[in-house]
Amino acid sequence: MAQPPSRGNRPVPKSEPEAGKLVQQLTFILAGEEYGIDILSVREIRAWSKLTRIPQTPAYVLGVLNLRGAIVPVIDLRLRFGLPREGYDSNTVTVVAAVGNRLFGVVADSVADVFNAYEDRIKPVPDLGAVVDTRFLKGLAGDGERMIMLLDLERLMRPEEAEALDAAMPEIADVAVAA
Amino acid sequence: MGTVDLTQFHQVFYDESLEALDGMEEALLALEHGVQNPGADAPERVNAIFRAAHSIKGGAATFGFNDLAAFTHVLESLLDEIRSNRRAADEEMIELLLQAGDCMRGMLTRTRAGTPVADLTSESLRARFAAMLGNPAAAAASPQASELPVAGWRIHFRPRANLLRSGNDPLRMFRELARYGALVVKQVQVLQQPRPAFAELDPTAPMLAWELELHGDIKRRDVEGVFEWVEGDCDLAIELLHDRRAGEVPQDAAPSAAQDADKPGREAGAHTDAGSIRVGIGKVDALIDMVGELVITQSMLGNIGEHFSMDRLGRLQEGLAQLERTTRELQDSVMRIRMLPIAAVFNRFPRLVRDLEHRLGKRVRLELRGETTEVDKTVLEKIGDPLVHLVRNAIDHGLETPAARVAAGKPETGVLRLEARHEDGYVVVEVSDDGGGLRHGPIIAKAVELGLVSPGQELDDQEIAELIFQAGFSTNKEATDLSGRGVGMDVVRRNVRDLGGSVNVRSREGQGSTFTIVLPLTLAIIDGLTTAVGGERYIIPLVSIVESLQLKARSVRHVAGGGEVFHFREEWLPLVRLHEVFGCAGAETAVERGIVVVVDAGGRRVGLLVDALVGQQQVVIKSLEAHYQRIEGISGATIANDGGVALIVDVDGVVRASARRRAA
Repeated sequence: MAQPPSRGNRPVPKSEPEAGKLVQQLTFILAGEEYGIDILSVREIRAWSKLTRIPQTPAYVLGVLNLRGAIVPVIDLRLRFGLPREGYDSNTVTVVAAVGNRLFGVVADSVADVFNAYEDRIKPVPDLGAVVDTRFLKGLAGDGERMIMLLDLERLMRPEEAEALDAAMPEIADVAVAA
Repeated sequence: MGTVDLTQFHQVFYDESLEALDGMEEALLALEHGVQNPGADAPERVNAIFRAAHSIKGGAATFGFNDLAAFTHVLESLLDEIRSNRRAADEEMIELLLQAGDCMRGMLTRTRAGTPVADLTSESLRARFAAMLGNPAAAAASPQASELPVAGWRIHFRPRANLLRSGNDPLRMFRELARYGALVVKQVQVLQQPRPAFAELDPTAPMLAWELELHGDIKRRDVEGVFEWVEGDCDLAIELLHDRRAGEVPQDAAPSAAQDADKPGREAGAHTDAGSIRVGIGKVDALIDMVGELVITQSMLGNIGEHFSMDRLGRLQEGLAQLERTTRELQDSVMRIRMLPIAAVFNRFPRLVRDLEHRLGKRVRLELRGETTEVDKTVLEKIGDPLVHLVRNAIDHGLETPAARVAAGKPETGVLRLEARHEDGYVVVEVSDDGGGLRHGPIIAKAVELGLVSPGQELDDQEIAELIFQAGFSTNKEATDLSGRGVGMDVVRRNVRDLGGSVNVRSREGQGSTFTIVLPLTLAIIDGLTTAVGGERYIIPLVSIVESLQLKARSVRHVAGGGEVFHFREEWLPLVRLHEVFGCAGAETAVERGIVVVVDAGGRRVGLLVDALVGQQQVVIKSLEAHYQRIEGISGATIANDGGVALIVDVDGVVRASARRRAA
């Protein structure tokens, strides 16, 4: 359980005709749906363990854990997406991922698979209504009936207020002042 | 893979070049001292300067830093002429060489940052050196810029990362410039492009750079004076604007710019990236010994564990005791690697003092003591700015002019002493001068004006000294001295507090002042009291704890506005319920069943209500911001004994947060 999936153990099908760039996804299950994150950003998969709660944070920030001396925040994806949280069991996992230099953990129901997604076949996210917060999705991948929602980790980690303020701030540029 | 990747040696080149520049500066200052008091060791000093320039040139050429190599090349040629006595090393030349050193420091910083290396300053200095080499007479005979009619000044002002953090305000400086003449903003440049996302926005990081024109017949000294306090915290170029109607050709602007350009890059050594550290081989050997011990202890314990029987319990306990001892020694040795002599900070002061002496017309003898005192690298990086401020203050406001000193019956030359020493687990740094001390009259007048004290109130020396640490309290006392220049002592105190230290002053009017900064040896470890609140653990830094006590329910009073207070040593202190501030579930709400920890939050005492005290221990501080963000009321985290995370309370922050809750 504690081993990160190795990138080498799955043969990459090279014979695919005109396949785009391969972006392998680690997929996991959340409320019956399959989600994927770029496998290159995954650092570790851990069994659920007790966390230290942090005051004055949104409910979906469950707390912090000690990852070999680094203090890493953990987000519950169910709470982040407004889904009910029934409890944590032996299948519950924390996937530790990195965005830039920052590490964080996301809690999912269970880990599913490693999926070979090709960039040119990733479809844009349709308007899913209020069921899922599509702000955090980068696109959809899958084959046949299977659908994998690809998560935008960077957005997931950014505080909501920052998002709103970013949108409100105009771009700025150098100004030459006439004498 | 045939070629060697040279970039791996860049860091070493930067480090060694900066070191060489420090050596060069030291030799130049000694040389200057020698010009005033001739001695025999001048040739050796010139040689040392030459060698420094030569090695930088060699390195720069090897790594392909062509601008830097070209600059050092002309400098080297000039030094060669001095070395072979074809040119005299007079005071003017030394001043120029000092400027060249500053300029190279700036170039090194820009090389490292990957930004264009040559700038106005370096180009004009290089041109000047080249002109001197080509025709010494012509260079000497060139007209002095100050003789030309002054139409005004063009000022390029680009704040560095630390400018706002040290309490300076560009707006205030512009207002001051505008008092001298008509100030026109020619261009505003955005420094952070693309604009950072809101979450990454640092309100204390400068966003803008300016190109200004100040019109009028103004002395260069006055313009420089406005920027005096931000020296090292900004890139500054002041160019002469000649009166065009007088038919002046702008060719003189370039050489004069060299003189006007401010000294770049000194602070830039304290860059934000991880950097490297040079460690004595002795410290590394000690570490290796310790690890060897650890391996032996581990194998011994492993052996006991494999064939364990109760009669071996004694040996097990012995082994564990040894493990504890070795671990602690290992921790000490590792921490010692980060300890560096404070000389690294002190060494910048001879130059600073020299420059201030020249500018302010004062005579100062600088005494450095305890330079070998070792402090943690992080402390070392952060103590510089407060010290520079105190030294500037001491020379600007503390020490009198030679004439005034003689009139007061003191020697003409003032003494400024910087002393560092260890004092039970802390580093003490003192800045003392034998100048005029704090002048009580003006300070009290100013305090009355600001409404800090009522007229006629009796104050002792200590209370008066405390006043200068109040926000907005300017230390300027002369009517002619422009107020609003620079920052107050409140910023110094705040910066030192941020490091977990304190700053105090002792002063005798007419006899001088002593500023004492007390800092923890390291920022990485604190003594903390672990407390339980609900099911959670919070660590309160021991330094801020006054006392902990149990209260009776009736000793807590409710005051109008919803706050609670309790009686403690003849005072009524506010009670802050930690579980309310942090929103802990299941915590003790009855005051008489919990414990109140009285803490000192920046001079204000409050009581923090917790469920129970768990224990006292040293904790290693970990940053929450590294992977998450700053949380109000929490200064960091640490790894608890069970491998989990415990949070460290930021006492000031908790008090602020609770005051806001009450107000809301």
